Amino acid sequence: MENKIVVNGVNKSFKNHHVLAGVDLTVSSGSIYALLGANGSGKSTLLKIITGLHDMDTGEVTVNGLELTRNLRQIRQTFSLNSQTSTTDGVLTGFENLQLIAKLRHLPDPTKVADDLLNQFDLTDARDRRVAAYSGGMQRRLDIAMSLVGEPEILFLDEPTTGLDPKSRNDLWEVILDLKRRGKTIFLTTQYLEEADQLADQIGFLQNGHIVATGTPSEMKKLGGHSRLQLILPNTDAIESAVKLLSDFDISEQEDGSLMVNLDAGVSTSLKVLTLLSTHNIPLSSFQVLAPTLDDTFMQLIKGA
Amino acid sequence: MNYIKDTITLSGRLIKHNLRSLDTIITVVAMPVMILLGMVYLFGGSMQIDGLPHSQYVSYILPGILLITIATGSAYTALRINIDKTNGMFDRFRSMPISKSAVLSGHVLSSVIFMLTSTAIVLGVGFLIGFRTDASPLEWVLILLLIIGFAIMVTWLSVPFALAAKSIDGASSFSYLILALLFVSSAFAPTDNMPTALASFAKHQPMTNVISTIRDLFASNNVGNDGWLSIIWLVGITLISWWLGTRIYNKV
Ligand SMILES: Nc1ncnc2c1ncn2[C@@H]1O[C@H](COP(=O)(O)OP(=O)(O)OP(=O)(O)O)[C@@H](O)[C@H]1O
Ligand SMILES: [Mg+2]
Repeated sequence: MENKIVVNGVNKSFKNHHVLAGVDLTVSSGSIYALLGANGSGKSTLLKIITGLHDMDTGEVTVNGLELTRNLRQIRQTFSLNSQTSTTDGVLTGFENLQLIAKLRHLPDPTKVADDLLNQFDLTDARDRRVAAYSGGMQRRLDIAMSLVGEPEILFLDEPTTGLDPKSRNDLWEVILDLKRRGKTIFLTTQYLEEADQLADQIGFLQNGHIVATGTPSEMKKLGGHSRLQLILPNTDAIESAVKLLSDFDISEQEDGSLMVNLDAGVSTSLKVLTLLSTHNIPLSSFQVLAPTLDDTFMQLIKGA
Repeated sequence: MNYIKDTITLSGRLIKHNLRSLDTIITVVAMPVMILLGMVYLFGGSMQIDGLPHSQYVSYILPGILLITIATGSAYTALRINIDKTNGMFDRFRSMPISKSAVLSGHVLSSVIFMLTSTAIVLGVGFLIGFRTDASPLEWVLILLLIIGFAIMVTWLSVPFALAAKSIDGASSFSYLILALLFVSSAFAPTDNMPTALASFAKHQPMTNVISTIRDLFASNNVGNDGWLSIIWLVGITLISWWLGTRIYNKV
């Protein structure tokens, strides 16, 4: 697949604060790239550099094969940016917001463009209401609709679902996945690991100014650790005997009273554990194998810092 | 020219903001009208200006009131610029393929239009309560140009404050400074009657020059040095604020 965005050794400092210290990443055409990182790790700063709002100190960014700083005007025709703060105009109606962007993009029929997008984002009923009176979810939908005016190929979304309830978040995920189906390249930042897991083709962890880990969601989960077997036992007697019996395994007692067996050696370890328990007649209420999550990777990477 | 088209589109958005904000309209139009009525009907009787019959006091203070109208409007200019900066609207516009300066020009254009509209309304109220002028058509044109120049100056002056301010309140606070300057000028009473220190300040500050020029033009009198001084002040302050404002704008 062709590379849509290439970031090479980008450095950026604010006064003495070295926020980005050699960021490298590539986003392939038609994919979703999720940039993860703790608060203040520089996600928004990187996005602003790629969209030409901030100058970088050193480094190189290429979009569509064009070097960014020298071709900014041309490159701006091909993308839209949704900043972290929702950038709809609360005093204008939804229709007027879209019409404004369509006029600024010099499209031939701003009214039609606005109405089509309202329809597509399920906002036709709210067309002539002021955006200040929209719900948070509606404002985010409008925000993204505004970014789609003029059909840009690339969308930059800075924390698109922050502050949304689970239902609105799911709706917005559908919207984002649909954009990908339409061939758009999407670069988003997020604090929600589940979001990256659901949407992204490629994830990058930004930390201490670098991308410290990158890969597909399943590759990233493996980085975080291994599967674990959770055992839930009916009483303290059973727990005590189980702990004694399983002393050869990497086992730990959890706060909720369950036992967690590390499956580093492979998932077959769980068969051995379960067989041992049943041959020694230790009662078991339930058990489950827990796959590693992005949370594990995230915590692991942050701890390693 | 896309720059002009974009500027007009962007100022259209801000004109909607002004028209839809009852607060803005009330403050910018009603406050100067209240001051005008208060000065004429409440304090007018006690105001004694040499060689000026009391009935002409409204003509004496109207030029100052018009400038107060413009200065009040600048608080809203600063407010709108600051809001666009803090809530990310500037980022959205600036990441689009439009001229970077059109975003600021849109604010300036809508601000000047709004100031002129409110000034026209206040002038209308002035005529209703007895303001009369001997100005010839040419003098009217000069008055109009001076008022436009003042509106442009106050608007640009608000830009660096609005962009540098950390909060919305901070953004509009500078307009109190301009209002204060207007009160310590010849707007309501000749500077001769002020305490000496205050008088020499009031006499030589830009507001007094502009007010005297407009007053003389309305009365069809010889403008004298005030005219040139007004132009120098207006152009000078506008250029400095423009330079400072665009510098800060390019950094935010
Ligand atoms: N204009 C600026 N001037 C000075 N420092 C800045 C500026 N913008 C960002 N920073 C600093 O750079 C660091 C990274 O900020 P940035 O907003 O990029 O982080 P982020 O990863 O987007 O955080 P969050 O998850 O909270 O949005 C922070 O320490 C911030 O204080
Ligand atoms: Mg951020």
